Amino acid sequence: MGHFILRRLAGFVLTMLAAAILIFLLLEVLPGDPAGTMLGVSATPETVAALRAELGLDRPAFQRFLSWILGLFTGDLGLSYTYRVPVGGLIAERIAVTLPLATMALVLAATIGITLGTLAASRGSGPVDAAIMAVSQLGIAIPNFWFGILFVLLFSVTLGWFPSGGFPGWQADPAGAFRALVLPAFALALPQSAVLARMTRTSMLETLGEDFIRTARAKGLNRAQVLRRHALRNALIPVITVLGLQFSFLVAGTIVVENVFALPGLGRLLVQAVGGHDLILIKSLVLLFVGTVIAVNTAVDLAYGLIDPRLRIAA
Amino acid sequence: MIAKVLKQVLLAGIGALAASGAIAQGKDSVVICQTLEPPILDPSGGAAAAIREVTYGNIFEGLVALDRNSKIIPALAESWETSADGMKYIFRLRKNAKFHDGTPMTSADVKFSFDRAVAPDSKNAQKWIFQPISEIATPAPDVVEITLKQFASDFLYGLAWGDAVIFSEKSVTKAATDPVGTGPFRFKSWNRGDRLTLERFDGWWGAKPALGNATFRFIADPQAQVAALLAGDCDAHTNIGAQEAVPQLKADPKLTVTVGRTEGETIVAMNNAKAPLNDVRVRRALAMAVDRKLVNEGAVSGFGTPIGSHFSPNHPDYVDLTGETPFDPKKAKALLAEAGFPNGLSLTLRLPPPAYARRGGEVVAAMLAEIGVKTSIEPLEWPQWLERVFRNKDFDLTIVSHVEPMDLNIYTRDNYYFGYKSEALNAAFQKIKSARSDAERKAAFEAAQRQIVQDQVNIFLFMLPKVTVAKKGLSGLWEHAPLPATPLAELRWQ
Repeated sequence: MGHFILRRLAGFVLTMLAAAILIFLLLEVLPGDPAGTMLGVSATPETVAALRAELGLDRPAFQRFLSWILGLFTGDLGLSYTYRVPVGGLIAERIAVTLPLATMALVLAATIGITLGTLAASRGSGPVDAAIMAVSQLGIAIPNFWFGILFVLLFSVTLGWFPSGGFPGWQADPAGAFRALVLPAFALALPQSAVLARMTRTSMLETLGEDFIRTARAKGLNRAQVLRRHALRNALIPVITVLGLQFSFLVAGTIVVENVFALPGLGRLLVQAVGGHDLILIKSLVLLFVGTVIAVNTAVDLAYGLIDPRLRIAA
Repeated sequence: MIAKVLKQVLLAGIGALAASGAIAQGKDSVVICQTLEPPILDPSGGAAAAIREVTYGNIFEGLVALDRNSKIIPALAESWETSADGMKYIFRLRKNAKFHDGTPMTSADVKFSFDRAVAPDSKNAQKWIFQPISEIATPAPDVVEITLKQFASDFLYGLAWGDAVIFSEKSVTKAATDPVGTGPFRFKSWNRGDRLTLERFDGWWGAKPALGNATFRFIADPQAQVAALLAGDCDAHTNIGAQEAVPQLKADPKLTVTVGRTEGETIVAMNNAKAPLNDVRVRRALAMAVDRKLVNEGAVSGFGTPIGSHFSPNHPDYVDLTGETPFDPKKAKALLAEAGFPNGLSLTLRLPPPAYARRGGEVVAAMLAEIGVKTSIEPLEWPQWLERVFRNKDFDLTIVSHVEPMDLNIYTRDNYYFGYKSEALNAAFQKIKSARSDAERKAAFEAAQRQIVQDQVNIFLFMLPKVTVAKKGLSGLWEHAPLPATPLAELRWQ
């Protein structure tokens, strides 16, 4: 088992290194100059050169790559070109928005999806099942940003229950900060929960057809007890796998939803960094997104290994 | 159905949440929303208009300022004299002006700020302002004498720009993130990506502003801007992106909508240095194929002010030249044939991200197709546009708004991106620079405006509008934008 984990972790580190090299090279060939972007169309070439020197952009590419990679280990990611503050601090500020948002969305998606999926499966094919399936089909078809806009129109503009966007900050106003995340979390969660609902239903229907369910019924448990104690647990194994994979979609989804709700999260930071050609910030942000996805996948792999001993050897 | 399910899930938590409620809007604070966030707060370290929109006249001040009507007014200098030959300026500084850290503002700070702006390692985006200066003397703490090495009729005007504000040597290094100025408001906090707060500086030299606190919020998405206004989360938005939402916003009894002008001359820029656009007949043909009114309609919902040359109607020396290139596709086609393109031609149209360019580009392309000019549209992000179009001049056509005020001088620059070179215009521009009387200057400006149209350097479309939406009761917002600025000291609730 120890060997298996070690191999997985080595794979993680190598993938990250490959990703880092790829990200750096891609940004190198991309046309654009951070200094020129900052100073606009009236600045003289000498002024742009002065800023390039101050930002360290005149150093050779290899040197910049090395100092970035070394910085990843020491935690010093450098100064953002556009904001002139440490990249590490900038990212940390934004994680405080995106991580709670993604977590809330994940919990919501799981709760809504699994509840609806179980409900649909347990009632057999009837109006409830048909209705839930129809709604979930709609949920898959509608993109999260559209939900976001609809929510703002209904809950902010018409009802005034929630702010239309923005984020007051956890320290300044914790309740307000939580309120600010509710609508975006639902917007992110709904399309995901629709996928989960369909997944749960299929898995549940399969499980309900198994012999042990009949046995459980035969020993005198009622429908609800069978569903809760025996069927749900078994049916959830594939659902949890999908949930892990969906985390990458959630991370990508925050980029869009944060823009709709003007939330100062990682996704919006990435959009702003691209707009300002803030290469040093883009590099670290993209690597963080890549790292999150690879880490979740590695965790899922490890979890498989724990559940199924055969996989440890095969891998 | 979804809404219903949601409502039930939500209702449980609503009671507790509602208690915390919306932040009460006192009458001495304001939430100003704007589209872009300033990357830094030092106006001498970056060209972004958003830096000035937050800091100009609020945190930082110059010796002089521009008011809402584009008039030069005293700021840190309470008065000034100019020598008869216009080569020497004597500024008398306010004795009661001080920085937010308590240090008095003196002539030494002025000398320091201007010397810093022209230093070789300076990052000032508008060095031309200071270029005529030969010497700065400080005979007294409240007197600054500036001697010029060449006469410049726009010297004082340049000093009113955000790029010429006064810093203190002690705090200038932190200006990007923790600015200390002399203005009526001091920097309080900044949640990057979301909002920035300022508070009234009670040591300001001027009359006490009505507002005690101000928050700038940054909302880039045009739909989100409209939602924030309708929901009452913004007291005002200084220039909304979704101009098509104006009727909806006007219908809201709580809001007022004001349509003004920025200084942004929006043009279809043409690569004058490259065939076939190096032929004035081809350029004129393209210009006559474009119906300004329709582009205005399609790009900015018709709120732009049509222009016929590269000059702002806000300026007293403006001449209306929109009639010089009338919309006339027949004549355009004839001109193309005369230039050797009876069967039309193919050009690239590279567009930066703003909606005016992307939407306007579609309309312009359709109009050019009418006279047989095929365009391949290529959307670019700003950094790529700056690199490929602006610096490497790798383009035929592009649409861009030149947002800097009084930027006629770009037509005299060597190696500027649209590749125009004209001795006649350079001569006209020298006359503007050396004009000693209003009449002289007016004539020189008119000659320059006409020369650019005569050479049909670019296709001149319209001035970019400034669509301000504010809650009823908030007064003092600028209708036009002679400079990118939102001076908070002029705002009050009624």
